[in-house]
Amino acid sequence: MMRFLRHSYTAIILGFLYLPIFILIVFSFNASKSRAVWEGFTLRWYEELLESEAILDALSYTLSVAVISSLVATVIGTLAAFAIYREMRPFERKLSMNLTYVPLLNPDIVTGISLMLLFIFVGMKLGFASLLLSHVIFNVPYVILTVLPKLRQFDRNLYDAALDLGASPAYAFRRIVLPEILPGILTGALFAFTLSVDDFVISFFTTGSGVNNLSILIYSMARRGIHPTINALSTLLFLTVLALLIAVNMKRGERKK
Amino acid sequence: MGRRFLAYPYHLWTALFTVIPLALIVYFAFTDRYTAAFTLDNLRQAAQPVYLGVLWHSVWLAGVSTFLCLLAGYPMAMILAKSGVRYRRMLAMLIVVPMWMNFLLRTYAWMTLLEKNGAVNALLAFLGLPPIHILYTDYAVLLGMVYNFLPFMILPIYSVLMKMDKSLLEAAEDLGADAWTSFRRVTFPLSLPGVYAGTIMVFMPAVTTFVISRLLGGGQYMLAGNVIEQQFLAIGNWNFGSALSVLMMVLILLSMVGLSRYDKDGSGGYFL
Repeated sequence: MMRFLRHSYTAIILGFLYLPIFILIVFSFNASKSRAVWEGFTLRWYEELLESEAILDALSYTLSVAVISSLVATVIGTLAAFAIYREMRPFERKLSMNLTYVPLLNPDIVTGISLMLLFIFVGMKLGFASLLLSHVIFNVPYVILTVLPKLRQFDRNLYDAALDLGASPAYAFRRIVLPEILPGILTGALFAFTLSVDDFVISFFTTGSGVNNLSILIYSMARRGIHPTINALSTLLFLTVLALLIAVNMKRGERKK
Repeated sequence: MGRRFLAYPYHLWTALFTVIPLALIVYFAFTDRYTAAFTLDNLRQAAQPVYLGVLWHSVWLAGVSTFLCLLAGYPMAMILAKSGVRYRRMLAMLIVVPMWMNFLLRTYAWMTLLEKNGAVNALLAFLGLPPIHILYTDYAVLLGMVYNFLPFMILPIYSVLMKMDKSLLEAAEDLGADAWTSFRRVTFPLSLPGVYAGTIMVFMPAVTTFVISRLLGGGQYMLAGNVIEQQFLAIGNWNFGSALSVLMMVLILLSMVGLSRYDKDGSGGYFL
């Protein structure tokens, strides 16, 4: 009896989580513009999607911002994590960690507005550069927080030994520290990439006219009403994410064996 | 040491990109729009009945949706924590996957489901039930919040329940407690850190959202997030918008401090 209840409850919650996505996918193949009546299979919305310059532009902005910002944030975040771990006095470290947490605890809308004010204040034109910079800014704390635990596991005597044996700090970092913390760095980079792809609120406030990423484009399209090309876009994005997740998990499973 | 300079670039970074932007918001919140002189007028404007009403409405909706997430999410977290390893891993994964879908698309999905000729009404008609018209009402906004943020409640509670010492439950049972008593007196109190973490993670995005309210509440629907967005992007009154943002920050800070007081050992169940 309990077992039955447990399974039905799980089914209800999963149904609630997946039904909207499932229906979106089904109706992306519907010949009719209606969302209630099935009028036959079509790929028309996918064709429209691939012909839409606005959507392709947004896709390329999303990907380029995500790739560049996650790479830059990974470098800055890793160095910052090392500095926090190794070069700071306890009080300094506490202050620095608290400041690192601020963007995570602040609502996105406040972070977005504060960065917009900063860019305008220093006279930077809102556009691709400000969008990219703000993505780097909000990604750095996540990289720091994934790299720091790895550093804490690392035996710092190894680094000191390398220095004693005459290695320069940069050389010791590259040859001794880096290989040890690499898994943390890769996780951080992946995390930063996905956060960047998914971000809407901060991008919305820090971008300028003509530079839209996918989230911003979807928002402006959805505000005007429902259109089947958005369904087609959702389907493609969902399947991409699903494929990536499955691939990552299979890789992980292999490594464990 | 003597290489302290390695720490300086990051101090500069946080100063430039965390401290100064927030200082700018505070600066605008407390200065006059035209003369840039110190003033409390922006905060006074936020205390006008119209805006107080909007603020209260946002807090109320976010509170209700947090409660609903707790109500629906807690049993799910318990089921997860009690399942066998393989099943549990798959189930946790299934709960996380929808979160990887773009937040706007998840919200948009409910627009298509709830509209007059949408799938929900088609289903109701099929079952012989009368149609519902909740799109562009509070109910749709609530639904959107619960749908988007439910996993944020399930996962922290689940991770705390997993860490719980199972022998405590056996001890309670040995001492004659029935299932309900041992839940009420043992499991639930021990899971509170997870409940607090989940509450913050649901309440915070819910109370500041402007997307869910715009898409599911309609163009005229106003929550605090919409007012802030409007002040910055449509009306151009940064000072008033900043004052509202400062109020939101204070509100969230207070609720976090309030909740962390109960999380004595600081073992909040963050799932990252």
